[in-house]
Amino acid sequence: MKAVYFAWVRERVGATDEEIAPPAEVRNVGELIAWLVARGENYAYAFENAKAIRAAIDRKHVKHDAPIAGAREIAFFPPMTGG
Amino acid sequence: MRVQAAPFDAAAEAAALTAGRTDVGAVVTFVGLCRDEGGTLAALELEHYPGMAEEEISRVMAQALERWPLTGATAIHRHGKIAPGEPIVLVVTVSAHRAAAFAAAEFLMDYLKTRAPFWKKEHRRDGTSGDWVAAKAEDDAAAGRWDRAT
Repeated sequence: MKAVYFAWVRERVGATDEEIAPPAEVRNVGELIAWLVARGENYAYAFENAKAIRAAIDRKHVKHDAPIAGAREIAFFPPMTGG
Repeated sequence: MRVQAAPFDAAAEAAALTAGRTDVGAVVTFVGLCRDEGGTLAALELEHYPGMAEEEISRVMAQALERWPLTGATAIHRHGKIAPGEPIVLVVTVSAHRAAAFAAAEFLMDYLKTRAPFWKKEHRRDGTSGDWVAAKAEDDAAAGRWDRAT
């Protein structure tokens, strides 16, 4: 699946997007964040306040308990500040 | 509904919603502008999630059209670098009576601020790199009141 990052999450991770292949035991968004955090300092910094991070699966807002099975694109970003 | 880098013409967008109609009694036009924050801000840079931004604004507009008797609605949100005084966002709602047009316009703005995937970064006039604008709790509260009102 493709992970995409926006705003300061993108800056801290150091990438706009990347292909990721989490193991089967990573079932939901919250577990995916924990898996990413274990990959390196940049992820740990981006997700240091995991509760503040918003997520979208295939361009729809989801909560951290949303299952990731079948997702093509998972986005991580800070709370939105448009308008 | 459009997401674009270019400026927009609010009057032309409003006129397009009423052209040829005789059943419209109320047009509400809201334009959100970039502030200079007391002269400290050189520009705002708006990052967005292409694809989802359009889809989320469309979803919010569909909810407004379902909830109020509107004869039309338009929303335009800009992205990219925007200077103080320039428009960022436009919402136009059109209805037979003003109550629906006012309420729907406010609903659309409250929901766009909390659900449309846009993020503002500040560019300061003193040349220092600005911060990402932090989300405000009052924006969530403003959007939340529409849940209770149903």
